Amino acid sequence: MSVDVAPIACRQLVELVTDYLEGALSPQQHARFEHHIAGCDGCTAYLEQMRETIRLTGTLREQQISPDARAALLHAFRGWAST
Amino acid sequence: MAEPPVPPAVLRLPPDERRLIDGLRARDEDAFAELIDRYQASLVRVAMMYVGSRAVAEDVVAETWLGVLRGIDGFQGRSSLRTWIYRILTNTAKTRAQRERRSIPFTAIGDGEDGPAVDPDRFLPPGDPAAGAWASPPRGWDGLPEATLLGAETRSVIDAAIDRLPPTQREVIRLRDVEGFSSAEVRALLELSETNQRVLLHRARSKVRAALEHYLAEDSS
Repeated sequence: MSVDVAPIACRQLVELVTDYLEGALSPQQHARFEHHIAGCDGCTAYLEQMRETIRLTGTLREQQISPDARAALLHAFRGWAST
Repeated sequence: MAEPPVPPAVLRLPPDERRLIDGLRARDEDAFAELIDRYQASLVRVAMMYVGSRAVAEDVVAETWLGVLRGIDGFQGRSSLRTWIYRILTNTAKTRAQRERRSIPFTAIGDGEDGPAVDPDRFLPPGDPAAGAWASPPRGWDGLPEATLLGAETRSVIDAAIDRLPPTQREVIRLRDVEGFSSAEVRALLELSETNQRVLLHRARSKVRAALEHYLAEDSS
C-alpha cells in the first residue's frame, strides 16, 4: 500500500501508540502508523511491548476477597433489608 | 412493602444491571452477594489508591456498600450501576483520605505534562541522516518464558511503577488496565476529557512499559 504523506519517525511513533490502540487516530494517521510499523522492527517490538504491558498490568486484578468481609457485608445487608 | 417506581433511565441500563438493581430494591440477598463477589476485590484495590492501608480500604468499601443500599431506591440510572458504585467509593475514599490528611488526587493539573514516552537517547540525534529512528531499539519479549512474565516479581515491578506515577495517571491506569474499565467509564468517574484521559493513560503505560523493559532486560542477560 502506498501512503503519500510524510513518514513518521520512530521517536514520534512511540507517542502515538496509545492513540493507535485506543482507535483515536484519524484514518490518515492510522495509515501512516501502520505503514511505519510494517517496515520497522524496533517499532513493531515497541508496540508488542505496549500490548504486553497492558496484558501484564491486568494480572494485578487477581485477588481473593476475604470470607470474613463477605460474611460481614451480608450481615449488614440483612440488617438493612429488615428495616 | 410497596417498591418505589423504576426511573425511566434505569430501564435503559443493560439487562444484567437491571436485574441486580431490581434484586436490591426487592431486598434479595442473592443480588447483593452477586454484587459483592463481582466488585469487592476491585473496590478494595481502588480504595487503596486513596487511603493508607488495606484495613482502612476495606472499611471504606464497607461504608460504600452501605451507601449503595441506602441509595438504591433513589438510584436514577443516570450512569451505569457500576459507575455509580465506584463514584460512591471514590467520594467515600477521598473524604476518608482527607480526614487522614493524605494528599489526594483531585485534579489532573500538571499530571499530563511530563517527559517523552521513551528516553530521547534511545533515538538517533537531530543532524543524523536517520534522526529520530531507533539507535537502541527495544527487543521483543516473546522469547521470555511465560512463567517469568507472569511471575510475582514481574507483578511487583508493575505495581511499584504504578505507585511512582503522579496521582491521576495512577488512577487512570489502575481503572483502565487493572480494573478493566472502559475509557468512557473512567472519564465519567474521574471527570476527565477524552483527550486528557488518553494522555494520562499514555504517560502511565509508557512508564510502566519502561520499568518492565528495564526489569526484563536484566532478567534475560
